[in-house]
Amino acid sequence: MRFDWIAKYWPLLIDGAIQTISLLVISVCVGFVLAIGLAFAQVSGGLLSRNLSRAYCTFLRGTPLLIQLWLLYYGVGSLLPLVPGLRQSFLWPILREGFFFAAVSFTLNFAAYQAVILRGALLSVPKGELEAGRAVGMSPFTLVRRIWLPRAIRIALPTIAGEVVLQLKSTPLAFTVTVMDLYAVAYKVRQDTLLVYEPLLVVTLFYVALTAVIARSFKFVEAQVPIRR
Amino acid sequence: MPQTSVAALQVENIHKTFSGLEVLRGISLEANSGDVLSIIGSSGSGKSTLLRCINLLEKPDQGRIIVAGEELKLKPARQGGLEPVDRRQLERLRTGLGMVFQSFNLWAHRTVLENLIEAPIHVQGKSRREAIEKAEALLAKVGLSDKRDVYPAFLSGGQQQRAAIARALCMDPAVMLFDEPTSALDPELVGEVLKVIRDLAEEGRTMLLVTHEMAFARDVSSHVVFLDKGDIAEQGPPQQIFDAPLTERARAFTSGFSR
Ligand SMILES: Nc1ncnc2c1ncn2[C@@H]1O[C@H](COP(=O)(O)OP(=O)(O)O)[C@@H](O)[C@H]1O
Ligand SMILES: [Mg+2]
Repeated sequence: MRFDWIAKYWPLLIDGAIQTISLLVISVCVGFVLAIGLAFAQVSGGLLSRNLSRAYCTFLRGTPLLIQLWLLYYGVGSLLPLVPGLRQSFLWPILREGFFFAAVSFTLNFAAYQAVILRGALLSVPKGELEAGRAVGMSPFTLVRRIWLPRAIRIALPTIAGEVVLQLKSTPLAFTVTVMDLYAVAYKVRQDTLLVYEPLLVVTLFYVALTAVIARSFKFVEAQVPIRR
Repeated sequence: MPQTSVAALQVENIHKTFSGLEVLRGISLEANSGDVLSIIGSSGSGKSTLLRCINLLEKPDQGRIIVAGEELKLKPARQGGLEPVDRRQLERLRTGLGMVFQSFNLWAHRTVLENLIEAPIHVQGKSRREAIEKAEALLAKVGLSDKRDVYPAFLSGGQQQRAAIARALCMDPAVMLFDEPTSALDPELVGEVLKVIRDLAEEGRTMLLVTHEMAFARDVSSHVVFLDKGDIAEQGPPQQIFDAPLTERARAFTSGFSR
């Protein structure tokens, strides 16, 4: 076992970790907001929005993430330069990067999984607690904001924690669209040094540490509202 | 305003049908300020539905609802039944109707205090300080000061129901609506909740009380309504309903509860 390469490659490793964490945080946060809309569309929307939301979730959960990423990167990515003025706009440096496509694709995918979980959680909030909110004169929006959604998120929290860890483990796919994430860095080190195991071991430790941080954070949040079992 | 001459709550000709089943067949009630109106009747006679129609948790098919002189404006809904013309008006009138449910329905993700200050802050727009001050006074009144920061799941049924009553009182409702407040409780916990309700009756709160506690109803009510199959079969002062009912139906029902 040789680890002397770390001295030379640690800045790259840190950069890779930052890319991985950024992809995770962006896709989880933005995806969660999208999921709230998707879930409510299914629980209390009209026929059209309900079916659109269902179709979205079925499609994105039913196809491999790698294919979604490539469709976006090679498909939409090759169309973007044709949009008039886009190449000259200040957004172009971002839109040109693989990172942008990975972030969008992971976000859309996470939103679909999260929406299904939230939908179930929204439906499992006791009807009586919602009626109690209406009975004290809450508007529909206040009811959602103060009772229905927070209550559902509490119910879904343990499941959400698991989904975030799964999402972390999907991030290495970004490597296939030129993102220098943790996995890509390990790949580069292997190419440069011809070491087989050591770089993989080091990034594995990173992933384990990240997973532990995620699990801890969710435990902490869950502990804020004790539930009697 | 001549508040005293206006009924606190007036309900006229409420009809409600559930998929062909006529549950309420034209119920009219009136509660003046300070009245304690008990509603009794066998299970399935429509007592809960009546209370739920009054604050529109259930859409009546027909009828008028007037809270402290203000009529709730209703219009026919597309799916049948009546719906509010103005959602804001309904929300405002609901704050004047304090509902207490059989199953408590405290918000499980909020502590007792948070349950109490939720609506005063987020519906009535009161300041947090003002809401907390009022909530603490009401918690003391129902004997729950020491449970202020506890989550509902850690309370007994009796404590949860007392907290739910305090939550409703926080809004200063003109009328309290109780739907069998002690029916979900273990027998040894019924007394503590009835005591709170009795205190409210004695201080002149206007309330509609659906209950199976006949001795209690007889004691605290100013007026008793006996509901049978969606009709008011008989109503009058408690002495009449419990001791000398005029109708056979009421006699058959109350004699089942003779002490
Ligand atoms: N949401 C509903 N859908 C269909 N039927 C209902 C509904 N709520 C109540 N009912 C029926 O209406 C009747 C009266 O119910 P309810 O008002 O709960 O009676 P009570 O409170 O006097 O026991 C019952 O036959 C019940 O089955
Ligand atoms: Mg009932």
